[in-house]
Amino acid sequence: MSKSVLNADNISVKFGGLVAVDNVSFDIPTGGVVSLIGPNGAGKTTFFNVLTGLYKPTSGGVTFDEQDITAKPPHKIAQAGVARTFQNIRLFGLMTAEENVMVAMHSHLKSGILSTILGTRKQRAEEAESKKTARELLDFVGIGGTADQFARNLSYGDQRRLEVARALALRPKVLLLDEPTAGMNPQESKTFVDFVYRVRDEKGLSILLIEHDMSVVMKVSERITVLDRGQKIAEGSPAEIKSNKRVIEAYLGKSAESGK
Amino acid sequence: MKISLRRKSDSSKKSSKKGKSNKSFDQAKWIRGFSIAAISIWVFYSFVVDLLPDVVASFFQKWMPASTVNESLVWVICALGLNIVVGYAGLLDLGFVAFWAIGGYSAGWFMSDFFHQVNIHVASTAPVTQKGIHFSFWAVLLIGGLIAATFGIIIGAPTLRLKSDYLALVTLGFGEIIPQIFYNGENIAGFNLSNGSKGISPIDNIGLFGKKLGPFDLDWKYLIFVLLAALMVFVSLRIRGGRLGRAWLAIREDELAASMMGVPLMRSKLSAYAVGAFSGGIGGVAFATHVNGVFADRFNFAISIILLAMVVLGGMGNVWGVIVGALAIAWVNATGLAAFGDTVNSALGTNINFPSYNFLLFGGILIFMMLYKREGLLPESRLKELLHETDDASSNTGGH
Repeated sequence: MSKSVLNADNISVKFGGLVAVDNVSFDIPTGGVVSLIGPNGAGKTTFFNVLTGLYKPTSGGVTFDEQDITAKPPHKIAQAGVARTFQNIRLFGLMTAEENVMVAMHSHLKSGILSTILGTRKQRAEEAESKKTARELLDFVGIGGTADQFARNLSYGDQRRLEVARALALRPKVLLLDEPTAGMNPQESKTFVDFVYRVRDEKGLSILLIEHDMSVVMKVSERITVLDRGQKIAEGSPAEIKSNKRVIEAYLGKSAESGK
Repeated sequence: MKISLRRKSDSSKKSSKKGKSNKSFDQAKWIRGFSIAAISIWVFYSFVVDLLPDVVASFFQKWMPASTVNESLVWVICALGLNIVVGYAGLLDLGFVAFWAIGGYSAGWFMSDFFHQVNIHVASTAPVTQKGIHFSFWAVLLIGGLIAATFGIIIGAPTLRLKSDYLALVTLGFGEIIPQIFYNGENIAGFNLSNGSKGISPIDNIGLFGKKLGPFDLDWKYLIFVLLAALMVFVSLRIRGGRLGRAWLAIREDELAASMMGVPLMRSKLSAYAVGAFSGGIGGVAFATHVNGVFADRFNFAISIILLAMVVLGGMGNVWGVIVGALAIAWVNATGLAAFGDTVNSALGTNINFPSYNFLLFGGILIFMMLYKREGLLPESRLKELLHETDDASSNTGGH
């Protein structure tokens, strides 16, 4: 926990007049499991999108593994080792689970057009190898039996798992999970916490979560960062966050307004 | 169709080993089937037709002459190229005629006495004394394909960043510009690039095992064209099954997610363009030898649309569907409608110009397909899945 694998310095994102993220600094400690929480519209997903290169920040910079990735295109950042899942599942629906995972291996495979057309021995070996790895990853997340099914035909929970398997196929150093328990029942959420730790320990990753389910967040996180209206209002251990006045205000205030 | 069979049998098998042997078996199977079909047609037109009684022979002469078969094969080659761009990668291209034209002019430049200033001969059938650039047909196939692929990359590099509809418009413009350049290219700063509206003719004969195949050696040229089509099928299927094909499919499904999984969007799209354009170029060279010349006014917008109609009618993303679609529409366009018109006119004593209604017919077919059989005649297994399960997802069919 001594060093951080990913650093975001003074990130601001403006959409026209709207400040979605306001001067937020943030880091993911090596080997840590940290969370980003906040009420709806707090700028969590926008911040996520900055880390993965989908948005360029208006100001500030992101360093990953001691290189500046702020201006890099998304696929370069992914290749460097930042993998993510999506809030609303974005699998390749008409591809099989196995193919979904293999797509994420794209940058690790070397076969070009010609060797694919000719079907060279090297290319065939590479394909077989990546197939094997894909099956292993599917087994790892617990959906090994679905390898030949189209992603869109999988159950909701399996789709979530497939997203993780696909992200792992990038061999990332950091895994960003965007609301991974959304739509899960309490039982599934509970097993999910163990799953996150298993992923971290067996794959040697650092993990950042965006999460709504407070029981999951409190249990899984080693550190929690709270965003509200684009600003970082608190950061600390789950216990600290639980008793933080501004955090309670932000959540209760929002809830009262929306009449929940 | 075979793709879909394989998919289904694949998913029913549990071990990946079995699935793999299944695949290579499938490849042998289609090559065998394709060869049998191709050779039987060849035998029929080379030998059997002559033995048939006059009535039957003239029936074939009217409804399915050998030149139509050859021309249809050229359409098949080009449609397979467009299928890679539209069907595999999901990029709508409305200007594919440009690559056809570029291939055609490659034949014009490197297989005729057009550049009479020079005298270059490389393994050509033309007499050595003949002026101009004369390369072997086989070399020109490669050159034409490469030039077209280069143009595919040149046009793609700045435009593939655009989202689908805008990309379609830019390709539309490209498809108009290239033929116009050829049409007006007799004096580009004093240089005659294309001989303008007069075109370039004749094209050198094709050399094959010491034979010289001119415009009337339809049977041998049929074999060459059918081989080129088979080559395109082979290339399509191989690439589709590999790393690049998966990337194309992923881009078609969800571009953003693909880039987040480390797939370089520009590079992958450009390679789809380049491979598609390459086959358009090959088709262009083949067509130039078929009609024994290149004529600028033949490369019009309608060709791009007809090619697209072939891909849509047959089944986007499925090579077998595309072949069926291309053969059907090419036949209607070249012979079918005219022959049908003749028959109707002579039976009813009318005088209707049926071929002039071909676009009405194509338009009707397209509307019918979009309404009732959106996935095409022989759909790709994946699309079939999508269209028959949910109706609300229909707006994403092509994935473009």
